[in-house]
Amino acid sequence: MMRKPEPVQMVKQRRDAALERLVGGVPYIRFLGIKFDRRGDELTAIMPFDDKLIGNPMLPALHGGATAAFLETTAIVELAWAMLWEDMENTGGQEFEPQLFTPRLPKTIDFSVDYLRSGLPRDAYARARVNRSGRRYASVHVEGWQDNRSRMFAQATGHFLMPSRDE
Amino acid sequence: MTDSAQDRKTKMASQFIGALPHAKALGLTMTEIGDGRAVIEMPYDEQLIGDPETGVVHGGAVSALMDTCCGAAVMVHPSSRGGTATLGLRIDYMRPATPGQTITAWAECYHVTRSVAFVRATAMDDDGERPVATATGTFTVERPRKAE
Repeated sequence: MMRKPEPVQMVKQRRDAALERLVGGVPYIRFLGIKFDRRGDELTAIMPFDDKLIGNPMLPALHGGATAAFLETTAIVELAWAMLWEDMENTGGQEFEPQLFTPRLPKTIDFSVDYLRSGLPRDAYARARVNRSGRRYASVHVEGWQDNRSRMFAQATGHFLMPSRDE
Repeated sequence: MTDSAQDRKTKMASQFIGALPHAKALGLTMTEIGDGRAVIEMPYDEQLIGDPETGVVHGGAVSALMDTCCGAAVMVHPSSRGGTATLGLRIDYMRPATPGQTITAWAECYHVTRSVAFVRATAMDDDGERPVATATGTFTVERPRKAE
C-alpha cells in the first residue's frame, strides 16, 4: 500500500530547517551577511551590499577579499548541503531530525579566484557547481554575478577535503 | 626613485589600508610596508569563525587578508604607480590556523611588467615553522599618466 504523500509544507519546513542548521551557526557567514535562497535542492547565495564590504572607497568597489570569501563560502555550503540533502532524502525525509544533526564542513585545500570586473556597490549572488565529489576530495566551481546573470564579476574553482563519513 | 617618493607611497599605502572599510571590519593592521613588501596582521575574532565546532577562522577571512596584503605589496613596489586591482588570486591552505592566535600575512611583489604585477604571500600563526596558507596573485598595474 502506498504511503500518503507528506504535506508539502512539512517537507519545505524540514529542508529549510536543515539549511538553517548548516548556515546559521557559522559566525563568519553572519559577519559577511550572506543568505541562501533555496529552490528544491538548488541554492543561490546572496551577499547584500554593505559598506563594510568595500575595498576601494574611491570607486567604490567590493573588496576582492570579500568577493573571494563570498565565493568560498558558497562552495563550502553547497558541498555540505549536497551531503546533507543526500542524508535527508535517503531516510525518506520523515525520520530526519534537523535539530539532532551536527553539520560537518568540508575543508578548503585550494581556492582560485578569477576577478572579471570590479564588484559594484550592489548585492552579489553566487551559485556553486560540484564538478566532482569523491569520498575524500571534491572539486567545485562557483560563479558570482550582480545585476546581470550573464555578466559574472568573479568566478572561482577550488578543491576541498570532505569530512569523514564514519558515523 | 627618491626616498621621499618611496615615503609618500609607503604613507599612502598604510593610509589606504586604514581607509578600506572591509580591511577595517576584519580588524587588519599593517605592521610593515615598503619596496614591494607588506606585512598585515589579523587578530583572532569570534566573528571570523568558519567552523563553530573547532573555532577555526574561515578560509574566506584568510583569503581577504591575503588579498589585502598582496594588493598593498603591489602598491609599494618601486615601479608601481599606486592603485591596483586583483586579477587572479590562488590560495593553498596547508592547515587550520590555531584558534585564538593572530594570523600574519607576508606578501612580496616579485615582478612587475607594464600591465601586470606578480605577488606571492604566506600566512602564519604563532607557529612560524608551519605556514597556515600560501597565495599567489596577479594584479593590475595603472598606466602612466600622460601629464606626468
